[in-house]
Amino acid sequence: MKKYFWLIPVLLFGGQAQAGESVVQALTGQYQQHGAGLADAAHGKEIWQQQHMQKKLKKRVSCASCHGADLRRSGEHLRTGKRIEPMAPSVNQERLSDPKKIEKWFLRNCKWTWGRECTTQEKADILAFLQSL
Amino acid sequence: MKQKLKCNRIWGMMLLVGCIMLSMGTLAWSDDDEWFEHGNKHESEYGEGKHESAWQRTTGVAVVSNKLYKTECSACHFAYQPGFLPARSWVKMMSSLDDHFGENAELDATSRTAIEQYLRGHAADRQPNRFSRSMMRSIGKRETPLRISQTPYFQRKHHEVPARMVKNNPKVRSFANCASCHQGAAKGQFDEDAVRIPGFGNWED
Ligand code: HEC
Ligand code: HEC
Ligand code: HEC
Repeated sequence: MKKYFWLIPVLLFGGQAQAGESVVQALTGQYQQHGAGLADAAHGKEIWQQQHMQKKLKKRVSCASCHGADLRRSGEHLRTGKRIEPMAPSVNQERLSDPKKIEKWFLRNCKWTWGRECTTQEKADILAFLQSL
Repeated sequence: MKQKLKCNRIWGMMLLVGCIMLSMGTLAWSDDDEWFEHGNKHESEYGEGKHESAWQRTTGVAVVSNKLYKTECSACHFAYQPGFLPARSWVKMMSSLDDHFGENAELDATSRTAIEQYLRGHAADRQPNRFSRSMMRSIGKRETPLRISQTPYFQRKHHEVPARMVKNNPKVRSFANCASCHQGAAKGQFDEDAVRIPGFGNWED
């Protein structure tokens, strides 16, 4: 009985660090079942910085417009100025740990920033890019 | 063998005590919150409401009490108190989240319905608090404003605040950023004596 007590702290604290990686793996798997190929972090980085015309704002924007140039530091909402916590999972453990949240923001931010939904390939590439930071 | 059993029992006791302490901690916490929500220790003057009962003499506007609303609706800006707009405004806003003041704030149907219900139940026309009642008095019966910052009550209260402190102030940008000037905004405190405009200091008129 006693020899299993070490499991308690491991379960309590170890789970957290692992969560992000496995969530990204699972999502990438789903994207691949829906047409995506191998995830390409370099391509993810490229499209993250690509500028698109935002029609309502009449300005060119990219994913970096709110999340900032250095993803290890906090960003700022382009319109409201509200602080956005760092995107890199290496400095912000809460990032990429909740598939529903990731999908919700992909939907909103792709539509708003690019004027269309992201493809499964683009999502896989961006996740690979963010995970690599 | 006996030694081991005793050891297990001590461990068990420690776990039990730990659990009890944890749950007591949570209880104390929620008590605090209740007091915060309904207590009247924050407001100094009640201005318009001289005949209010003690129950009604709470903060100027009821504080946000729904976790889902707080998480979902504070990602891009301050979590506005539902008591700043009538129920019909919230219903209209929640039906067009894909074009939310030029932003995409789409939600799944379950969260959307739950948040709408919370907003309707705590809207300005359902609250006794001072700012909620002033807000309702200023809005025409047939009007459905979507912006708090464009209601007559809001504009009357802010007409003395010049553009250089808001639009042309990179630390504020817009009247929608309540919390950048009202230090106690999240606690429902909007009295003028607790206003500090970034770059300009305390508000004095
Ligand atoms: C107009 C501002 C804005 C732009 C532009 C923007 N985002 Fe976001 N994004 C946000 C905000 C706000 C959040 C929620 C922040 C939070 O949870 O702290 C967010 C969250 C996310 C998340 C969720 C991360 C997590 O696990 O917590 C992802 C993924 C994301 N954005 C991807 C993108 C991509 C891809 C683009 C470009 C197509 C983009 N964003 C452009 C504002 C923006
Ligand atoms: C994707 C980002 C985003 C999310 C999520 C979001 N909003 Fe907004 N909201 C905005 C922007 C941008 C504005 C306009 C701010 C400005 O003009 O400075 C705004 C403005 C508002 C205003 C008007 C403020 C004023 O001027 O008085 C209200 C009320 C509001 N939002 C409520 C909500 C509610 C309720 C939710 C949750 C269902 C929500 N918002 C979620 C981006 C967002
Ligand atoms: C640029 C700074 C600034 C911003 C942003 C701002 N306010 Fe104010 N607000 C003030 C000042 C200054 C006063 C006091 C004006 C006076 O009476 O002299 C005030 C007064 C008020 C009052 C009246 C208080 C009373 O005791 O009568 C309310 C209510 C209020 N604000 C709500 C809001 C809300 C809600 C928001 C966001 C939608 C907001 N304010 C955004 C500066 C600001």
